[in-house]
Amino acid sequence: MGLLQAYKMAIKSIRSNKVRSFLTMLGVIIGVMSVITAVAFAEGTTKQITDQLSSLGTNLINVYITGRGSNRQVTYEQLKEFGDKNSEVISAIAPEMSINSATTKYGTNVRDTRIIGTTSDYEKTKVRGAQSGRYLMEIDNDNRQRVAVIGTAVVNDIFDGNNPIGESIKIDGNVFKVVGVLAEIADGSDSSDDDQIVIPVSVAQRMSQNSQINNYAILATDSESVDAAMIVLEEFLTKIYGDSNSFRLMNAAQMLDTLGSVTGTLMLLLGGIAGISLVVGGIGIMNIMLVSVTERTREIGIRKAIGAKKRNILTQFLIEALMVTGIGGTIGLMLGCGVIFSIGRMGIVPSVYSFKWMTLSFGISLLVGVIFGIFPANKAANLNPIQALRHE
Amino acid sequence: MIQIENMYKKYIMGDNVVNALNGVDLHIREHEFVAIVGPSGSGKSTLMNMIGCLDVPTAGRFFIDGYDASKLSDDQQAEIRNKKIGFVFQGFNLIQKLTALENVEMPLIYSGMRAAERQKRAVNALESVGLGDRVHHTPTELSGGQQQRVAIARALVTDPPIILGDEPTGNLDSKSGKEIMQIFKNLNAKGNTIILITHDDHIAEQAKRIIRIMDGKIIEDREVS
Repeated sequence: MGLLQAYKMAIKSIRSNKVRSFLTMLGVIIGVMSVITAVAFAEGTTKQITDQLSSLGTNLINVYITGRGSNRQVTYEQLKEFGDKNSEVISAIAPEMSINSATTKYGTNVRDTRIIGTTSDYEKTKVRGAQSGRYLMEIDNDNRQRVAVIGTAVVNDIFDGNNPIGESIKIDGNVFKVVGVLAEIADGSDSSDDDQIVIPVSVAQRMSQNSQINNYAILATDSESVDAAMIVLEEFLTKIYGDSNSFRLMNAAQMLDTLGSVTGTLMLLLGGIAGISLVVGGIGIMNIMLVSVTERTREIGIRKAIGAKKRNILTQFLIEALMVTGIGGTIGLMLGCGVIFSIGRMGIVPSVYSFKWMTLSFGISLLVGVIFGIFPANKAANLNPIQALRHE
Repeated sequence: MIQIENMYKKYIMGDNVVNALNGVDLHIREHEFVAIVGPSGSGKSTLMNMIGCLDVPTAGRFFIDGYDASKLSDDQQAEIRNKKIGFVFQGFNLIQKLTALENVEMPLIYSGMRAAERQKRAVNALESVGLGDRVHHTPTELSGGQQQRVAIARALVTDPPIILGDEPTGNLDSKSGKEIMQIFKNLNAKGNTIILITHDDHIAEQAKRIIRIMDGKIIEDREVS
C-alpha cells in the first residue's frame, strides 16, 4: 500500500468527521498562529528600535546635558580641549544645537525645518558629508559665517529641486548662503534626517540668543575605544558638574547589546508560551486519536482480516495525525500572516515575515503530529484482529 | 489445500486452561465445499480463526496451499489472509463510511494493486454478485442480503483459492439466505474451495462435506450425498 493510499484514507476520515477534525486542529492552529505572530511582533519591534539605533552610528556617544541641580556648565571649548587630550579614544567632538522648527524662505517659497548648529566635526560624528558643494568648515564657526548646508527635502521643496548652491535663503529672518547639500540618507522624505539645515554653531547661538549647548555628538576612534571613551567622559563631566545626574551618556552599540539580550529573552518567552500551546494542541490530538482508535476498532479488525499489515494501519493513523496537524499548521500560518499584515497596516509594528520561524513552527506542528500520533497509531496497529472483529 | 495435523489450541482464562482445539486432524482438498458444524463453544470458531490465519495454534502442524502456516508472524499472516483467503462474516463487516466499491477495493489496496486495475476488478466482482448497479452505495443504503453480497464480492476480488464463511446467512432472512447460499454454490462450481462455519444443519446439508466438531475434536466427517 502506497503513501498516496494512506493519504486518501486520511482525507476521507478527516472529511467524514469535519467538526471533530476542526476541533482537533484548533490547538495546532492557535499554536502556530501565536508562534509566528508573537515572533513577528518581537522581531518587528526589535527591527524598529535597531534601525533607529544603528542610524545613530555605533561609535557615536551622545552627551545630553540636563544641568539638573547644578549651576555649572561645560563649554564647547572645555570639551574640545578634553577631546584633544584624549585623542587616542576620542576622534571628534561636535556640538549639536537644535532649533526644531525654523522658517526657511527662498524667494516666495517657505518651509518649516529643523536647524542644527554645529561644527565641521559633525561631518565625522554623523558620518555624513555634503553630496554637492561643501560642508561646514572651521573658519565658518570662527568668523560666524552665515552659511548653510541643506538637506535634500529642503532642496526639493523650496528650490523645486534646482541647484541651490550659491543661492541665498532666509532662516528666521537671517540671510544665509547655501554652500552645500547634505548627503541624502532618508530618500528626502519629510521630517526625516534629510529635512534639516546645518549651520555653524556660533551663528545658531547668536540666533537663539543662547550660548548654552546641551547636546554633543562625540566620536570614539573605533568600536573598541567606545567603552574607554565613555569612562573618561564620565569622569571629566562628573568633575565639572560635581555629580553624574546632570548629564547622560548614550552609545548605540551598548544600547543594541542591551536591546539584543532583552528581545532575545522576550522571543524565548513568547516562543515558549506559544510552544506550550502547540504541545497542548498535540495532547488534544492524541486524545482524539485514542478515542478514534477505540471507535474504529471494528474497522481496524476488518482491515486486518482482509490483509492489512501492522505497518499499513500504523501509516494510516500516523498520516491522519500528520494531516490534521499539517492542515492546522497551514491554517495557523495563514491566520498568523493575516494578523502580522494587519498589525503592519495599523502601523503599530512593522510587518516582519520571518520565514525561519514560519518553517520552524510548521515543522514543529508536524512533529507534534508524529509524536502524539504515534502512540494511538501504534495502539491501532497492534490490535488483535479476532478481538477487534468482535468489538461492538 | 488445507492440511491440519494434530492441532491444539489452549487459552488461559483466569486460572482455567481451555482446550479450544484438542488434537484436530483435517484435510480439505481443492474445490471442496465443506461445512463445519457444532454447537457454540465446540471450538468451531477457533478452528475457523486457525484456517483463516487470524490466530496461531499452540501445537500441531498446519499447511495452507503448501505454506506452513503454523508459525507465522503477524505480517506473514496478514499476507496469507490477503492472498489466499476471502472472508465472509455473519455481521457482514463492511466499513460503513465507504461505498460498496471502496469496500471491495480494500483488499487490493493492501496487496498494492494500482488504482485503475483495482477499480476494474472491484466492479467486476460486484457485477458477479449482481450488484453492478449499486457500486456507489454505502452499506447503510443496502439491504442485509445486498450487504452480504458486497462482502462476498470483497472476498472474491483478490481471486483467493479459499472462501471462508462464518455463519454467512446467520443475520439474513430465509430468502436472502437462499440467494447467498446459491452464490456460494456457484462459486464452488467455478472451482473455489468453500468452507462454511454454521450451527444450522439445514445450511450444512447444502455443502458437499460436513465436519462436526465437539469439545475441540472432530466427531463426524461425512460426504453429503
